[in-house]
Amino acid sequence: MRGVHFQPTEDQEALRAGVRDLLAGRYGREELRASVDGAGPAGGPVVDRGLWRELGEAGFFALRLPEAEGGVGLGLPEAVLVFEEAGRALLPGPLVATHLAAGVVPGAAAGKAVVTAFDLGGDLVAYLGEADAVLGASGEPPPAGEPVRSVDPLTPLHRVAAYGDVSEYRATGTLLTAALQVGSALRTLELAVRYAAEREQFGQPIGAFQAVKHLCAGMLVRAEVARTAVYAAAVTAAPGEIAAAGLLADEAAVAGARDCLQVYGGMGFTWEADVHLHLKRAWVRAGQWGTAAQAEELLAEELLASGS
Amino acid sequence: MDLTYTEEEQDFRARLRAWLAVVLPGLPARPSPDDWPGRRAYDAGWQRRLYDAGYAGLHWPLDAGGRGATPTQHLIFLEETERAGAPYVGANFVGLLHAGPTIAAEGTAEQRARWLPPVLRGDEVWCQGFSEPDAGSDLASLRTRAVRDGDAYVVTGSKVWTSHAEVADWCELLVRTDPDAPKHRGITWLAMPMDAPGVTVRPLRTLAGSAEFAEVFLDEVRVPVANRVGAENDGWRVTMVTLSFERGTAFVGEVVACRRTLGELARRAKENGSWDDPVLRRRMGRLYGEFGALWRLTQWNVSEAMGVPPVRAKSRTRGSSGGVPGTGGSVFKLAYSHARQELYDTAAQVLGAGSLVLDEEWTLDRLSSLSYTIAAGTSQIQRNIVAERILGLPKGR
Repeated sequence: MRGVHFQPTEDQEALRAGVRDLLAGRYGREELRASVDGAGPAGGPVVDRGLWRELGEAGFFALRLPEAEGGVGLGLPEAVLVFEEAGRALLPGPLVATHLAAGVVPGAAAGKAVVTAFDLGGDLVAYLGEADAVLGASGEPPPAGEPVRSVDPLTPLHRVAAYGDVSEYRATGTLLTAALQVGSALRTLELAVRYAAEREQFGQPIGAFQAVKHLCAGMLVRAEVARTAVYAAAVTAAPGEIAAAGLLADEAAVAGARDCLQVYGGMGFTWEADVHLHLKRAWVRAGQWGTAAQAEELLAEELLASGS
Repeated sequence: MDLTYTEEEQDFRARLRAWLAVVLPGLPARPSPDDWPGRRAYDAGWQRRLYDAGYAGLHWPLDAGGRGATPTQHLIFLEETERAGAPYVGANFVGLLHAGPTIAAEGTAEQRARWLPPVLRGDEVWCQGFSEPDAGSDLASLRTRAVRDGDAYVVTGSKVWTSHAEVADWCELLVRTDPDAPKHRGITWLAMPMDAPGVTVRPLRTLAGSAEFAEVFLDEVRVPVANRVGAENDGWRVTMVTLSFERGTAFVGEVVACRRTLGELARRAKENGSWDDPVLRRRMGRLYGEFGALWRLTQWNVSEAMGVPPVRAKSRTRGSSGGVPGTGGSVFKLAYSHARQELYDTAAQVLGAGSLVLDEEWTLDRLSSLSYTIAAGTSQIQRNIVAERILGLPKGR
């Protein structure tokens, strides 16, 4: 008897491994640091169009598009696994928006187009200078904006005069962004554990001190709870579960990066360590597709309606 | 990734639900919390009904008198009984979830025949004599001494945090049989009759005002050697088989209960106007999301355990010394105990000044919840387990 089989299937794990391998080969630490060095107000584009197309060919953007429309024909459970890997690799670019644009914006499914979205709120749009289209925009070409200095070196920002509506994409956008956050949370946990096992003070690895151990354990608990919430939401696609997954994943990613930074000590405060890149991206993602307040209000409403 | 139940599991759920609908209205009134004999009788009566209906020892292996149910069926059982408001396992907790599974896994045929059927029928109640005043988180440092004298061990020492000691027939007891061996290797597991001469039980009043635990003093208590489960000095390993049950599906009912409590809390907040406070409302919304995720984590753990036969397989796969099992359970317990304390702190906000009134159900629950980050392994010990067993961080000096 099989019963509920919540864990990813072999095929799903193979898909995840394929994306992990692709990203390890094409966007490892060297490439990550090179894109950080190349970015900045005067720097070049952040999105690597060649890699974007490779992702397209691998089915990253067309994953959930029906086969009849040239897609891979898979679902949200597969999508959250590959987005988790992209989050782990800290891959820059409007991944979620371009994935959502597959079948809507020409070229998005194949990774030939870079599509961003009005997903940040306020008056900011990410990757506007490099995008071929903006989800939620009323017409072509993409609206113009004023570049502003971004906290995350790999998420260039523009300030725009008028904002669009992306509510029809909000639920799926929230879930896929949560998957990115889970990948980042698991990665910062790995970094913290590795550093804690190597760095010695007072004659022993700092990871032998309970104060450091407990930080790492807390990171794991948050990441595991968030990951389960994301997987469950991918299976049910229920609005409440998606909202909860978003909240928990944002917390796991932001607090995970903060704790990782703390474990790294002074090194964590340097530009050279990758920790700040995870934290800054986690801050960006936590603001995408709606606020924590909106998610909590949605859940509160559902709670009140439950069982009454 | 799949969250649908098989047809067989859905049938199981439907039959259980129908049975609960018939049997629950016929139960007697619940005894008052300080009426220990009444509580024992009530819990035993419920266990007997489960036994007669074929639900006793659902997750125990068939050859131990259980039903050999899958972890998923056990999950469904715990979910449905809690949802229907069925009695809690209560006085039968140690027998069904600790001592019984230990005997099933490690006992001889005679021992299993002697002790398991009365547990399943609700005829005999067990308590647990593990912790001592000087052996809490460091359980393996326990000092209650057992000296062999002919066909008996003579046991002297004291135990603490023993639930149901006043009404128990048996105590699963950890004793030190070799004071010179390394601490994990000189411990033995004994079944001690609670009516043996030399056993003194003193109720221990908790901060909630009630006597949920007891101290048990042992003064030269004679326990037959035949009551030893496993080999002499192998009691630590034998015990680890037991402890894993505390952290597996043990919290399923509680998660269901927490979600229901949160729903009641929201409706109360709506009634008394505190729902209009957006900070409080959002806090409840977030908690609702967290308990939903904890439910999914339970399903995840159960799904992972599917295909592993209950009880028996676990004792084979684990290391034989110094191990505290159930690492996945540690992750769950850390998140759950924190969320549940948060739930009752939120309840206090909803009640406002009313939270100071002891007659409020949630006020007593709030007091009880203070133990969740301590009992069954403190959060600090759980974090050590997670850091060392899952993350592989080095042990401190």
